[in-house]
Amino acid sequence: MLEKGVRAIMKQLEVVLKNKTGLHARPASQFVQEASKYKSDIKLIREKNEYNAKSIVSILSMGAGKGIRFIIQAEGEDEAEAVEALKILVESGFGE
Amino acid sequence: MKGIGVSPGIAVGKAILHKNKETEIYKKEIKDIEKEIEKLKNALSESKDQIKELYEKTKNEVGEDEAEIFRAHMMILDDPEIFGKAEKKIYEMKVNAEWALKEVSNMFVEIFRNMDNEYMRERAADIIDVTGRVINNLMGSKSGNLFIPEEGGIIVAKDLTPSDTAQMDKEKILGLITEEGGKTSHSAIMARSLEIPAVVGTGKEIESIRSGDILAFDGDEGTIHINPAQETLRSCMDKKEDYETLKNKLKSFIGKKSRTKDGYEVEISANIGTPDDMDSVLKHDAEGIGLYRTEFLYMDRDTLPTEDEQFEAYKKVAEKMEGKPVIIRTLDVGGDKDLPYLNLPNEENPFLGYRAIRICLDQTDIFKTQLRAIVRASAYGDIKLMFPMISGMEELKKAKKILKTVKEELVNEHIYFNENMKVGMMIEIPSAAIMSDIFAKEVDFFSIGTNDLIQYTTAVDRGNKDIAHLYNKFHPAVLRLIKIVVENGHKEGIQVGMCGESAGDPDMIPLLIGMGLDELSMSPVTILKARQIISELKMKEMEKKAQQAANCFM
Repeated sequence: MLEKGVRAIMKQLEVVLKNKTGLHARPASQFVQEASKYKSDIKLIREKNEYNAKSIVSILSMGAGKGIRFIIQAEGEDEAEAVEALKILVESGFGE
Repeated sequence: MKGIGVSPGIAVGKAILHKNKETEIYKKEIKDIEKEIEKLKNALSESKDQIKELYEKTKNEVGEDEAEIFRAHMMILDDPEIFGKAEKKIYEMKVNAEWALKEVSNMFVEIFRNMDNEYMRERAADIIDVTGRVINNLMGSKSGNLFIPEEGGIIVAKDLTPSDTAQMDKEKILGLITEEGGKTSHSAIMARSLEIPAVVGTGKEIESIRSGDILAFDGDEGTIHINPAQETLRSCMDKKEDYETLKNKLKSFIGKKSRTKDGYEVEISANIGTPDDMDSVLKHDAEGIGLYRTEFLYMDRDTLPTEDEQFEAYKKVAEKMEGKPVIIRTLDVGGDKDLPYLNLPNEENPFLGYRAIRICLDQTDIFKTQLRAIVRASAYGDIKLMFPMISGMEELKKAKKILKTVKEELVNEHIYFNENMKVGMMIEIPSAAIMSDIFAKEVDFFSIGTNDLIQYTTAVDRGNKDIAHLYNKFHPAVLRLIKIVVENGHKEGIQVGMCGESAGDPDMIPLLIGMGLDELSMSPVTILKARQIISELKMKEMEKKAQQAANCFM
């Protein structure tokens, strides 16, 4: 773990849900499974609310349908990879 | 006690209550925090093993799709928000694990229950299910899984969802009683297709049944005896025997034509939901499939079925029917049938809303995929295509145009299919019935869907128990519409069938014969009974009777 203050910025970027189902059902579980591969803390931020990317109930409670924008924010040793991988997953439309 | 008899037969057996009452959980202060956390972890791993077992069992006994729900449950079990928060509560508040978990579970359940999306509300049930299992394990009580003893039993439940029934050992179910539901609810349809006697919609009285009570009931008439006296029990057993004798008598109608005394013939076919229903179809000697409800292919899953998946299902049914007609109805969801992954809007009047062909003509990708699968399967039997919920000519024309495009694509891809596949429509909306003279020039057949036709014609919600007495299939207006449709169809020389619940109703069949329907499609179990009824009728007399019924105003 890096010391506090060494790193002022965490990794974050904004994505838009393109797939029909949104972040429900299978896409939601795919998302959580992918997020759980990384050590970093990963949060999704939508309309100022934060959601735990590694929690299926948290992700589902976002209720994010098609066309919704949100921020993926990661903090930790593999933050860059985590954000990139999740972005690709969302942009691929979860294979729908 | 009385309910609505929805699946015939006499059942006698012990009551098995589905879903135990919620156990009371008290807040307790604890001293050894580490020990409490340890307890929670053990309960989690025990739960994980149980769910894994259920997953394997369902996968082997029913199928992979049906087992999918337990994978979702395993994910909830791994959820850091639920169990992390519960752990935190134990640490910070020094409380017992069951109480901490119940609190966190309640919080999430509340969130999901308040979402205006059917799919999300179902997730609340999943959270209750999973956390309830962990709490049971924490308290050392038996889990909520339904155990049916070797000698079988009668399931007593509030209502059953498709995933409930998927988990049950269906061979051991002697009967089914539910508090909610009507003739067309999932429990009722399932009971009929499995040939299990069932009574639904008993109301709150069902709560007086205790586990292990001896129950005896008639799935036709709907009266339920709880711990009956020796005499009543004996008479029920006698009735059960009579019923089984009759069942054997009906077997003598296998292989015979469906013909009245004076030689008028009709085709009796079967309504099915999945290729799994084919055993029952063949056993009861259906002369065709009058309604293949394709929506079951789309249900209980997270994504749309692929073209190939659908093609295989349609082909399988067509091949098993060996050249007998198979009417495949395109996707009919919306109304009371939700597909969570389509994110259908929550509507004020779902039955008058975004459903069936209306969805298909809007989301044409979904429609085209299905049409391709059906057209491809037409090479393997006598498949006919049917559009549901047509209310006006424009919809029919649009649907046919898309079908034409799909056929052209398949020709270009050199994929073989039956170019003369018949195309028909359901008549289930009064506007379509009234315009049936025009529609008859545009399609190869009609099939009357009575469930919707009755509710739209008489403005009676068929699921509303308070007005169930107004839902009347013998309403003269409905009978008149049916008559109009038959006459208009016959004027253009096309076949007119019926695939709603009315088609298999013993009291309705004489009238339908009298009105001249060419085909009646019903639940497979009622086919032989219908054939027997028809064999005792005379067309001439039934014509008169139908005429009278259409003019009968009470």
